[in-house]
Amino acid sequence: MIEGAKWRRWVFFYTPLSGFIVLLLFPFYWMVVTTFRPDNELYRPWNAPNYTPFWTLHPTLAHVEDLLTTTLFARWLLNTMMIATAATIISLFCGLLAGYALSRLKFPYAGLLGTAIFITYLVPQTLLFIPLADIIRNFKLGDTPWALILTYPTFLIPFCTWLMMGYFKAIPKELEECARIDGATRWKAMLYIIFPIAIPGILSAGIFAFTLSWNEFLYALVFLSSPEQKTVPVGVTSELVRGDVFYWGELMAGALLGSIPVAIVYSFFVEHYVAGITGSVKG
Amino acid sequence: MAQVVIRNLNKKFDEVHAVRDVNLDIRDKEFVVLVGPSGCGKTTTLRMVAGLESITSGRVLIDDRLINDLPPMDRDIAMVFQNYALYPHMSVYDNMAFGLRMRKFDRREIQERVQQAAEILGIENYLQRKPRQLSGGQRQRVALGRAIVRHPQVFLFDEPLSNLDAKLRVQMRVELKKLHDRLGTTAMYVTHDQVEAMTLGDRVVVMKDGVVQQVGEPLELYNQPANLFVAGFLGSPAMNFARAGVVEENGALWVEEEGLRIRIPEDSAARLRRHTGKEVTLGIRPEDLWVATADDPPEFSFGATVEVIEKLGSEILLDVTAGRNTMVAAVDPRVRVTVRDRLRLALNPERLHFFDTISEMAI
Repeated sequence: MIEGAKWRRWVFFYTPLSGFIVLLLFPFYWMVVTTFRPDNELYRPWNAPNYTPFWTLHPTLAHVEDLLTTTLFARWLLNTMMIATAATIISLFCGLLAGYALSRLKFPYAGLLGTAIFITYLVPQTLLFIPLADIIRNFKLGDTPWALILTYPTFLIPFCTWLMMGYFKAIPKELEECARIDGATRWKAMLYIIFPIAIPGILSAGIFAFTLSWNEFLYALVFLSSPEQKTVPVGVTSELVRGDVFYWGELMAGALLGSIPVAIVYSFFVEHYVAGITGSVKG
Repeated sequence: MAQVVIRNLNKKFDEVHAVRDVNLDIRDKEFVVLVGPSGCGKTTTLRMVAGLESITSGRVLIDDRLINDLPPMDRDIAMVFQNYALYPHMSVYDNMAFGLRMRKFDRREIQERVQQAAEILGIENYLQRKPRQLSGGQRQRVALGRAIVRHPQVFLFDEPLSNLDAKLRVQMRVELKKLHDRLGTTAMYVTHDQVEAMTLGDRVVVMKDGVVQQVGEPLELYNQPANLFVAGFLGSPAMNFARAGVVEENGALWVEEEGLRIRIPEDSAARLRRHTGKEVTLGIRPEDLWVATADDPPEFSFGATVEVIEKLGSEILLDVTAGRNTMVAAVDPRVRVTVRDRLRLALNPERLHFFDTISEMAI
């Protein structure tokens, strides 16, 4: 907190803070307003006498209704949820074990392996999807959810591994040594001592992984083709932008509904999530 | 019954030879303290006994059972760590019960043992708290409790008092001693604090650079140090050292050095005779020096200039120079001296120590 006179707090704290809040929340607000704005208001020219860009006087659910009835949005939502959850579980499981091994076990080239895993995370998706497309085709996984469930971990596992490595390193190794003297095997020490302490880290890795796969666009666009297989980001943009016609109301409704689950997940774990990022274990 | 036998124990980390040929016989119910400066291999030795560090070569036996390749859990030991290593997500009760649960004790037995340990340590009222809600001293007690509930054959302590403030450390030291007297479990204790070593240990092992320097009872080490390192390491303020030549005059031996000329008493003379004409290191503890009176024979005293006066209350420490050497004398607090005073310091000839200057071994 900034100490001193009231004006200092206003100048250095409240004013910049409100600036940031407006900047961050405005797109979201725009999305909400556009969703509930009737079409005739939406396509009214800016110089019309009753032009009100920042609010609407006739809110309507027509776009939402349209989205849910004329498109496969509910299906997309379900697909995304399923794919994101499965990919997150796989990645978290692998990332946890790999992170633990790389930070705790002594084996030759552990450091090198850690760096190598990190480097795979740096390979851009835009390059990786070309060979991956070949693999997907060979295994005949194209246009199935498995195409995404199995490819998302290519970037999620390195990510989870690194996050967990950092977190495990912050846990004093004496805790584990003590557990092993107390009669726990390495597995039990990991399960009963290290993982429970690492819950904030595990949660933040999970939330990140979930969000990344929820929002993922490129692989979903390339590997899925039939409308009923699509995920929300791809479905909304491909089905609601036809040629040069943008169905703005439905698009924004889709974006709004699509972001709600992520927002819920975040708000649910926000405390753990922050603790996971700042990462501190007090004995 | 639990004796610990360590034979030719070695540990190498890549390039560093951390522990060299350590041999140690710890008797049943004995409290042995490993002491030395940091990096002397004391903690590594303890960790090898615990099974947390692999053994490069040598053998460790507990009760004639070779434990070299046993995992820590099968060695029947308990360890207390410097940072306590309490499980932060568990209550005090669960912390203490963890080891018993892992060993599949039944609920009643666990409860009884935890309760009993908590009573011994005076932590019955905190059993439901989490470690972070406890003070340093309380955490230390929980760590001790976690060790004693298991009734292990051997306790291993790795600098358990180092994280406590000075006052609490003294208090916990006494409690540890009482606890050991009560439980009678064989214990190995690592510390860098020589006061802890002297007060707690039935026997003390002094280590340096991975090598055991001397093993013995505290006063034995203090009064008959085997070498220069042990002599200088134990005792506060540390022993004074001066290099001096050994000369013979009329059948008597003297040590001579600029501003210092002391006759070697008869019983030491026999051992020192073969060093005649050579240089030795003379050692004298600060408390064996006092301000000379007319009764003190001149051959057991020397002139000195007072440089610094440290008034500790129960005694006064005088930092003096005698010729080329500086020394500390712990003298009676009633002595009236001022800085730059010239005075004579007398010494107790029985308490002189002599060391070979090259090998640094006691003569």
